[in-house]
Amino acid sequence: MDELKEVMITTDEIRTDEYLINMGPQHPSTHGVLRLLVQLEGEIVHNVQPHIGYIHSGIEKMTESLSYPQIGHLTDRMDYLSAHQNNEAVALCVENALQIEVPDRVKYIRTIMSELSRLASHQLWWCVMGMDMGALTTFFYGLRDREDILDIFEETCGARLTVNYSIPGGLMFDIHPNFQRDVKAFITKFRTKLPEYDRLLSGNVIFTERTKGVGFLSKEDAIAYGVTGPTARASGFACDLRKHRPYSAYDKVNFNEVLSDVGDTYARYQVRMQEMWESMNIIEQLIDNIPEGDYAVKMKGVVKLPEGEFYQRVETARGEFGVFIVSDGKKNPYRVKFRSPGFSNLFTINHIAKGWKIADLVAIMSTFDLVIPDIDR
Amino acid sequence: MTNEELIAEISKIATEAESKQGFQYVETFVPFAGMHSFMTRIKEDSKLAFDYLICVTGVDHADHMQMVYHLESTLHKHMMVVKVKTADRENPALDSVTDIWPTAEFHEREAYDLLGIHFNNHPDLRRMFLDDNWGYPLRKDFKDDIHIVSR
Amino acid sequence: MAFNIYDFTTLTKSIHEGLSSQLSPTATLAIEWTIVGLAYLLFVALFGLFLVYAERKVCAAFQQRMGPMRVGPWGLLQTIADFIKLLMKELITPRDADKFLYNLAPFIVIIVSFLVISVIPFAPGLSTFDFDIGIFFVTAVSSVGVIGILLAGWSSNNKYSLIGAMRSGAQIVSYELSVGLSLITMIILAETMQISGIVEGQREMWFIFKGHIPAVIAFLVFIIAGTAETNRGPFDLAEAESELTAGFHTEYSGIKFAFFFLAEYINLFIVAAMATTVFLGGWMPLHFGDFEGFNQIMDLIPGLFWFFFKVLGVIFLMMWFKWTFPRLRVDQILNLEWKYLLPINLFNILLMAAVVLFGLHF
Repeated sequence: MDELKEVMITTDEIRTDEYLINMGPQHPSTHGVLRLLVQLEGEIVHNVQPHIGYIHSGIEKMTESLSYPQIGHLTDRMDYLSAHQNNEAVALCVENALQIEVPDRVKYIRTIMSELSRLASHQLWWCVMGMDMGALTTFFYGLRDREDILDIFEETCGARLTVNYSIPGGLMFDIHPNFQRDVKAFITKFRTKLPEYDRLLSGNVIFTERTKGVGFLSKEDAIAYGVTGPTARASGFACDLRKHRPYSAYDKVNFNEVLSDVGDTYARYQVRMQEMWESMNIIEQLIDNIPEGDYAVKMKGVVKLPEGEFYQRVETARGEFGVFIVSDGKKNPYRVKFRSPGFSNLFTINHIAKGWKIADLVAIMSTFDLVIPDIDR
Repeated sequence: MTNEELIAEISKIATEAESKQGFQYVETFVPFAGMHSFMTRIKEDSKLAFDYLICVTGVDHADHMQMVYHLESTLHKHMMVVKVKTADRENPALDSVTDIWPTAEFHEREAYDLLGIHFNNHPDLRRMFLDDNWGYPLRKDFKDDIHIVSR
Repeated sequence: MAFNIYDFTTLTKSIHEGLSSQLSPTATLAIEWTIVGLAYLLFVALFGLFLVYAERKVCAAFQQRMGPMRVGPWGLLQTIADFIKLLMKELITPRDADKFLYNLAPFIVIIVSFLVISVIPFAPGLSTFDFDIGIFFVTAVSSVGVIGILLAGWSSNNKYSLIGAMRSGAQIVSYELSVGLSLITMIILAETMQISGIVEGQREMWFIFKGHIPAVIAFLVFIIAGTAETNRGPFDLAEAESELTAGFHTEYSGIKFAFFFLAEYINLFIVAAMATTVFLGGWMPLHFGDFEGFNQIMDLIPGLFWFFFKVLGVIFLMMWFKWTFPRLRVDQILNLEWKYLLPINLFNILLMAAVVLFGLHF
């Protein structure tokens, strides 16, 4: 009888209703080598633990043996969809430390390129969001339009993805003679193509049913967890650095910071869709007014930063990107830290996805717009 | 709030902290013993209200480790940098600020992984990117004969 | 042998008579079964290949691209090349899988598909079985397929497979109801469950026109539930790629995977063929009451072509769904069935009964 009692107690203690599942490191919806250890009860998510490090490339360590212009080229490889903004962050940080004022032409071109990167990144995000929700056709609509931006990049920068365009002191090259014409043609075209995105996905009953009221993130939690970018703005956290701490030519343009106070998956989706319109507005205000002048200031052959600590924040497509340089006066930095937006965003996933279904977890993760090399660095 | 007012305000609530105008932001040096209470105060104080922890960085200086906290107030839009030195370089330990800003949990795990800084009262201090048998690669004396070719 | 494209009865009759004049009845039956079996195998293999090709071309058209273009003219040989690749792939069995059930599952799925296909009338005289309870047979046998999917998910010893199989089980068992009830609605109008009788009843007018409002509702419900039955998008939860990698057939490779793949396309054909047979007149040409000239021109097109026109039309519709809509969530898919389709269906049966009872149909 005692034996039986013991057996009953042990079977009672064993949790048979929960199980663990490894999403990743190879999984269609983690967009790279991210592993989510998901604790499930049936279809319901009880706990998500992100495990990263599969693509850790030690960029922060590498920078310690590289010169400042070289560091910029490494940052392309982190968030490859916001490559230009990452370049710009390093360039701005170094310029700021050396007290260099770049010509207005550089500022204008940098801003236009940043916004083009943001558009391209948001287009790819939209493709993948549709794919994650099971609407496979979205992928080709987004890629079709992204191709135009990449062509513009290729023409001016010589590369389509890792552009390496902003360097300390200005730009790598001047813009291609066709740049303005091509950008204007693209904007005109994309203004007619963007409503197609809405017709295909945004208004779809299945899509709205699956995203509205799912995966809430409150403003307080967004701030506490350091969530930035469109993900945080959908929760009402006004964190757009382009607006609040303008750099380059952002203080010369009129645009709205897209905010929503709902904080669900659909709000995060809509904020990004609206940001595409705002990005087009910004480009249109600047493209005809690029001032004449030099595309770079003359820099010394070896860039040495004064002793000190320098921090630069820029707004990438995913949120706030920060570069923290500790310099000891030599040509290599003493320590560089990259504050990547995806890193802070990713770790809220347990907070948001708890209690929702596994299909919602995929949708929530999709609205975070994760780029894994950005998180792993 | 201007930087001068910020410095005055900080000295009002924390006498142990030492603030000065840095290159960009106000830099505050805090002794590691009182850092947790200092951090709590600057978050709770209605005039300072540093509720957004932007970035946590560990730096290996030759004789000590330093943690650098970049903070912003989303209400007042001012920024500050808090710097904390550890007493011991080989086995550095600091108080965790995870209970004040949840995002610190992951930044601190990163610092633990790459610099070997131990955080007291951290809920889940595990390595983040690397294997358990790796060293701490961002320490200046880190040697990896296999993976790093030195010139 | 008399071959007549308008009526295959003469062909089958002449084969039967030729064989029985030479051989004993048992041998005749055996040879006829073999012929029919081979014919079905050939049909399924070729039509399956064609459907895979068609799906890729249709999806390419929706996505503003060309689709397969390299192998053969317009990529016509692409699916054959893929099929050969699948045949040559290694068959992997996970170490802790239940080997017997793991190997059995694809066969259950494909056999069920073959069983259902046997009652479908392709053209006058071109059907194998013609039961009195044909429709009942279709609904009964097609629900056995879920056992194969459940076994595949269970025996693979993979959590993704298991979740996929459980989703599929819940989904198919629910949507069986809607398929069955929408067919019952039409049986009220047809007054028979024999499939040849149903087709014959649509000689003057297809049931979807004859039964007007309730028939159209039943058709819509049937198409939705039929799409769900075949586990195709937007109801492809069982193999939801972005959530469960490949769902219940995650662990299958080579020819065993090909069986699941082929079965999916046969099921697509079956649903389209049942929709054609019950709602759209089967192989009957399109007739409009008194337009004699129009009706005679329509009669010139053979029944076989009519059947495949309609089937391909319905299949195109279902591919359109798949390549346009996002996927539903598991609770939404059950809500749709139990809260919307089922009540609509029950009400629709009453409506159809009233229509038939008071002779309100055309």
